[in-house]
Amino acid sequence: MQKNIIKLFIISLIIFVIGVFFIGLNKSSIYDTKDLVGQKISKIQLDHFSDNRIITEEDLKKNDFTLINFWASWCAPCRDEHAMLLKLNNDEKNLKILGVNFKDKKDNALKFLKDLGDPYDDLARDEFGKHSINFGIYGIPESILIDKDLVIIKKFIGPISKNDYSFIKQIVRKQ
Amino acid sequence: MKIKIIIFFIILNLNAVNAETFLVDSNKIFKNLRCLVCQGQSVGDSNSEFAQTIKLVVRDQIKDGKTEKEIYEFLIEKYGDWIVYKPPLNKVNFVLWLFPYLVLVAGGTIIFLLLKKRDNH
Amino acid sequence: MLSNIGNTLLSLNILIGISIIYFSFQNLSSSKVLIGRKIYHLCLFQSTFIIICFLTLVSAFIVSDFSIITVYQNSHSLKPLLYKISGTWGNHEGSLLLWVIILTIFSFFFLLYNKNHPKNYKIYSLIIQNILILGFLFFLLFSSNPFSMVSPIPKEGLGLNPILQDPALAIHPPLLYVGFVGSSIYFSAAIASLITNYSGKLFAQSIKNWVLISWSFQTLGILAGSIWAYYELGWGGFWFWDPVENASLLPWFAMTALLHSLIVLEKRSLLYFWVIILCLLTFILSVTGTFLVRSGILNSVHTFANDPSRGLYILIFLSLMIFASVLLFFNKFKSSNYNLNSNSKETFILINNWFMIFYLLTVLLGTVYPIFTEVLTEHKVSVGPPFYNTVIIPIVVIFLFFMSVGPRTQWIKNKFYNLNLLFKILIVSIFINFSIIYIFKSYSLMSNFIIISALFLIFASLIDLYKSLKKQNIEFPRVISHLAFGFLILFIGLNYNFSIEKDFNLKVGEKKNFENYSIEFQNLKLEDFQNYKAVIGEFKINKSDENLNQFLFPEIRIYEKPSTITYEASIRSNLLKDYYITMSNIDRSEYYNIKFQKKPFMMWIWISVIFISLGGFLRFFKNAKKYY
Repeated sequence: MQKNIIKLFIISLIIFVIGVFFIGLNKSSIYDTKDLVGQKISKIQLDHFSDNRIITEEDLKKNDFTLINFWASWCAPCRDEHAMLLKLNNDEKNLKILGVNFKDKKDNALKFLKDLGDPYDDLARDEFGKHSINFGIYGIPESILIDKDLVIIKKFIGPISKNDYSFIKQIVRKQ
Repeated sequence: MKIKIIIFFIILNLNAVNAETFLVDSNKIFKNLRCLVCQGQSVGDSNSEFAQTIKLVVRDQIKDGKTEKEIYEFLIEKYGDWIVYKPPLNKVNFVLWLFPYLVLVAGGTIIFLLLKKRDNH
Repeated sequence: MLSNIGNTLLSLNILIGISIIYFSFQNLSSSKVLIGRKIYHLCLFQSTFIIICFLTLVSAFIVSDFSIITVYQNSHSLKPLLYKISGTWGNHEGSLLLWVIILTIFSFFFLLYNKNHPKNYKIYSLIIQNILILGFLFFLLFSSNPFSMVSPIPKEGLGLNPILQDPALAIHPPLLYVGFVGSSIYFSAAIASLITNYSGKLFAQSIKNWVLISWSFQTLGILAGSIWAYYELGWGGFWFWDPVENASLLPWFAMTALLHSLIVLEKRSLLYFWVIILCLLTFILSVTGTFLVRSGILNSVHTFANDPSRGLYILIFLSLMIFASVLLFFNKFKSSNYNLNSNSKETFILINNWFMIFYLLTVLLGTVYPIFTEVLTEHKVSVGPPFYNTVIIPIVVIFLFFMSVGPRTQWIKNKFYNLNLLFKILIVSIFINFSIIYIFKSYSLMSNFIIISALFLIFASLIDLYKSLKKQNIEFPRVISHLAFGFLILFIGLNYNFSIEKDFNLKVGEKKNFENYSIEFQNLKLEDFQNYKAVIGEFKINKSDENLNQFLFPEIRIYEKPSTITYEASIRSNLLKDYYITMSNIDRSEYYNIKFQKKPFMMWIWISVIFISLGGFLRFFKNAKKYY
């Protein structure tokens, strides 16, 4: 009897392990920061790009929705998403876009915006990239959609795609 | 612009020197952090954009007097348990930390029982 | 052309495998006492064909036949010949072919060199081994065919990943595969032994040499991988507890446990079922390791081109293997009486196994744990060096003490000899440890324990060495391995505590001072090589209290085929220490990130491992002389 229980236990253990491996095969091992969704962002202190002031939570609370977009002039995929950002800025009145210029030279950043258009309602500067850590950023472009209460609704890794664009539109217009 | 970069690196180097005078060992922390954009490398071993930024932030936090544990907690809050190589002891990870010792005790018990059986003969 | 030859040979081998199984069963049901010549011949053909098949692939790499997709993806016509050849097994398909070769050759030699064992036992081993061979051949042919064609035929290959173009890595896979694929033969033998009830001393003798040879090669294979990681990955470490490294370590633990308990089976006919478990476990772990590495289920620094469908095949194969062996085992298992004395050699060998199983399960759990949290709780965790160091290192200390005491016991008898001597050795070890601290620098409590216990094992083994040289007894190989293991731990301990590591940014012309070292970034030049461009830095290292004047030249290499950037460490090694510099560029800046390391006794870590495996080879040759 006792022996049979041990045997049964061992066999179930093996089945369990193999089952987990099997499911694990189809899981992506690519990292993302989905755990951030639902968290409230805090302790924001971003240097304004051109004015001598600091952007804090108070500034963001004024907006119904804010899309915080991390970009740089040296980042090629940032060019791809630029049109989407311009469109969002034009069409969505509920949404403000806060750009964070990441580890960039000021002149290059200005030229980038002059050439491609400026989608940002506000622009901040993260010269050494240190502030990006506070937002859970690990590569650019990345964007974070937050609501009035500064709660993260979604995080977009890589350039904003057409799907992401419709998603944002849907959320913002639900209001 | 160039001057700014130089100043930046001087500050950075000063920071590095300063860090040594504190008890917290920045190198050890770097080794215990996963570089998220690399393939299985630690922040200490990587020179990616991300690793460089993390190094700056960790050095800043050490300078602000944060303890090693506080720094890990801050980064876990932002990036999840994935970023630390030593998983914190919590309800997800307790099996990981407990099981090896269980094996050790169980193995010892089995050998002990085998020997005792003999003594009873 | 070459592709057709290869495919034909592979298909032929499947036919031969099937016929071997068929004739084997025929032979079993006949009353013949001997194994038919036909079977020997088939095995000979099988080995010959698979070797020719492999040579076909090698020649396809040498002549750069880009009509074959594997060659196209992993080679380039301008590559040096050595790396064209090693490129054959530097990829998934080719390395799988190497798997099959080792399975096949071991199968043939096992049959050839076990003349004195019963027919049925050998036949069943052969059948099981051929089932394994067929399993891998089907996998090779239908999911990872190294001879698949590509059309239109490309003019040029994509090239081999430059970090794989390295002599240590060229020999690493063959060594490692002889180790863990070699373990297949005692998996088959264990199953045959269960089926035919062939147990006890004779069974132990029949597999002993195979365990020894695979263990020795596995040790060397791990060493080659480690050396490669040390100078190629550019982080200055030699063991990262990366999933792929762990995958090679797991079978090693099982083999080491097996190696020891096999002695008990041979000498005292005890622990039969435990030995069987270890035989089965070793190969199951080897296949599990392959599954973890090739399926891409784990995030690792050593990426193989991975593909979940391959993972699925290996997983199914693995499950069949596990279930078949577990069910058979349950069916045959009888609890037996163990006759052990607490201070006998048997007990200490069991203690060795106890620790090996602890290491094995800890490393296994740590390696697969992220898969479990991901699947069960959607939670991603990383298990890395700090976990393993925290859990394993304290236990190593206890292990080393048992390892020193164990060999000074005798079979059956409940008696130690020379306890007094051991006590004196311990005092000497502690004294030396504190001298090191006093003269050089202090280190953590745990390091104290590690160094003391390592010294303890070294001295205990040195005394054994002296005795075995005087008496010329069989113990000599064991002593060599144990002594070398003591040295390995000692040098790792010293290396860990006396390394200097510095990470800083410099530009050309600048100088960095720290402790009593100074490093000067003297020059930077760009050079063109055959298959890459290199940015080479020139660094001068000086020490304030001696005239060092070492020059190091780390490189950043830019490869075109495939386009990759690698960071080449520059290392100056001598018997006492290595100086190690890597340099990497910082984007959008004229500064370079410099990592400087001084690593004492690196050379001795490698040498120690070589001697550990040498013990295995020596014992192998001694046995071979005795039995064959």
